[in-house]
Amino acid sequence: MELSGGEIVVQALLDEGVEYVFGYPGGSVLHIYDALFNKGGVKHILVRHEQAAAHAADGYARSTGKCGVCLVTSGPGATNAVTGIATAYMDSVPMVVLTGQVPTPFIGSDAFQEVDTVGITRPCVKHNFLVKDVRDLAETIRKAFYIATTGRPGPVVVDIPKDVTDPNVKVPYTYPKDVKLRSYSPVERGHLGQIRRAVDLMLEAKRPIFYTGGGVVLGEGSAELRALVQATGFPVTSTLMGLGAVPGTDTQFLGMLGMHGTYEANMAMHETDVLIAVGARFDDRVTGKIEHFCPHAKIVHIDVDPSSISKNVKVDVPIVGQVASVLADMLRLYQEQATSQRASQLADWWAKIAEWRRVECLRYDQDPAAAIKPQFAVETLYKVTQGELYLASDVGQHQMFAAQFYPFDEPRRWINSGGLGTMGFGLPAAIGAQLAHPEAQVACISGDASILMCIQELATCLQYSLPIKVVLLNNGYMGMVRQWQELFYESRYSQSYVDALPDFVKLAESFGHVGMRVERPGDLEGAMRDAFAMKDRFVFMDVLVDPTENVYPMIVAGKGHHEMQLSPGLSDRELS
Amino acid sequence: MRHIIAVLLENEAGALSRVAGLFSARGYNIESLTVAPTDDPTLSRMTLVTTGNDEIVEQIKKQLNKLIDTVKLLDLSEGPHIEREMMMVKVRAEREDREELKRLTDIFRAKIIDVTDTSYVIELTGASRKLDAFIDTLPGGAIIEVVRSGPTGIARGEKGLVL
Repeated sequence: MELSGGEIVVQALLDEGVEYVFGYPGGSVLHIYDALFNKGGVKHILVRHEQAAAHAADGYARSTGKCGVCLVTSGPGATNAVTGIATAYMDSVPMVVLTGQVPTPFIGSDAFQEVDTVGITRPCVKHNFLVKDVRDLAETIRKAFYIATTGRPGPVVVDIPKDVTDPNVKVPYTYPKDVKLRSYSPVERGHLGQIRRAVDLMLEAKRPIFYTGGGVVLGEGSAELRALVQATGFPVTSTLMGLGAVPGTDTQFLGMLGMHGTYEANMAMHETDVLIAVGARFDDRVTGKIEHFCPHAKIVHIDVDPSSISKNVKVDVPIVGQVASVLADMLRLYQEQATSQRASQLADWWAKIAEWRRVECLRYDQDPAAAIKPQFAVETLYKVTQGELYLASDVGQHQMFAAQFYPFDEPRRWINSGGLGTMGFGLPAAIGAQLAHPEAQVACISGDASILMCIQELATCLQYSLPIKVVLLNNGYMGMVRQWQELFYESRYSQSYVDALPDFVKLAESFGHVGMRVERPGDLEGAMRDAFAMKDRFVFMDVLVDPTENVYPMIVAGKGHHEMQLSPGLSDRELS
Repeated sequence: MRHIIAVLLENEAGALSRVAGLFSARGYNIESLTVAPTDDPTLSRMTLVTTGNDEIVEQIKKQLNKLIDTVKLLDLSEGPHIEREMMMVKVRAEREDREELKRLTDIFRAKIIDVTDTSYVIELTGASRKLDAFIDTLPGGAIIEVVRSGPTGIARGEKGLVL
């Protein structure tokens, strides 16, 4: 079969089994768009800004585990996508980004819409390629998918100059089934000797805890983790990225840990004697001050990426391998040796945890006559959707409230930008998730500042009739910035007040959607039920919430897990 | 501590900038970096010299290994190895200084490879410390220009850093 470069791109995507491409056309990718038009087969979703193309591909990938794909033009198309690429990179999301480039003879001449895409994206991709010969195109695309989806996943950029997709130059096409790279061989199984050492520690532990991260979700290790948690009877806490890997409603789950984690999770981290970190990377939002991190613990760390191990915190038993296979081996070895009394030996530890839980660190009071508390809005959302949402989030207070008050019982349901913290991520990510799961309920929780960063995607939602529900926790502020300014800058609210907000109801309506505004706590549940009952409509709920509410508990910079700040209503209680 | 790390890289456009970018992005020290193709034209060999405590150097090696273009890597400082750097020094060589410079060149087993009425270019190969010593020995004000290749190295014994 002889194909042009443009046709090769489309055929390769078909051979790769790609369902959706998120993109935006432009000069350098016109040949590819023409091939897409003529050939068909791959569904193209036209976004309204390239950043959203990357975020939508990202949301698709996070909610399915498959590789997200986007297609953008050279120059500004590529630079607009960079935020989305960096977002995917920080959270290890498999993604292939096809970027147009000026024709090869023009590269380096400051041509129209030329930018050094390979150079600009280098620090925020797993790998990137510049294809200079159409005969290399198919194999390069295959390599890109292979690299993006194996090992520790991540985005891969393939930069394609316009002349490489010339419709008049046809070359023989075969899509390589397998690809081998001598310089890249991701590990599979963990070292059994190391796993045995970890199991020995786990068998002796008096105050063990699992600390699990996004790697469990990415590595499809949720079932194995659940089995191990159940078999050991150990408590488990999760990072923001790992929520849903174990059921959020499970009694062994202590909630999220870290800066806005629960009291019980953070105190358990401080007191633990054996910490089993699974697919987590000891991020600074999790560890607090490193010198105070898990001072009594032997640390086991399972990760597919060797460079994650002992990067921030020195560990005692490193295990490099795929999370799912390591956890399965670990379970087998643990069960071979654990006695029937093992679970009961943890009674003191669980009693301690029960004490911490009694603090009820997430408690808040909703006065029915006062403004809606953001926590109450999230709890109502949980009640109305029965915890079954695919919930995409933007970044800020609403993100933390959602993580605290919407327990996810399944992985891949909670879609948020953890590493990069990209405001504007939520709405386009919800687009990707809704396309991947057309029958499921998909919502985007957002704030009045975040939502405006990718608001243009309301048009995309209309074009593809996506029945997403936006739940906007509108407090008129950049809530998290305002919180930090209140706590650390003596309430000097420098530029955090979002003056001149649009009328979001009218805004939604002008894009052809349903807009709703809710101001009173008593109206919220009914309004949400109405919104979610509109199965075929995009509904934008502008929920006016208490602008003074802060996210607690909080570990402020330079403090350890045991030095949490609780909400002012709770702080005066005895906490020992 | 100073480490000398040898890396086999895919001989691809951009491989070098991936390594350089990694060091700047992560704030690692880099004292020198040399790279050239090997007998296998698909492979480049890079030698880089860096400093840092054990944890940092361990992280540097892991991050280098993580680059898709990195085929193999060896920390030469972990075992017996030979280190060589090449230097060319252009010096002012006039009247009575010419004899003294010739003598120093012989003592260091260096070579004079260019001669004019007023200058020499001296070539010297050895471990970096020897090159430093030579520079220190030269009479004050003699040096016009110094060019050093940066160290390269190879492990002793029959085992090689090969595919």
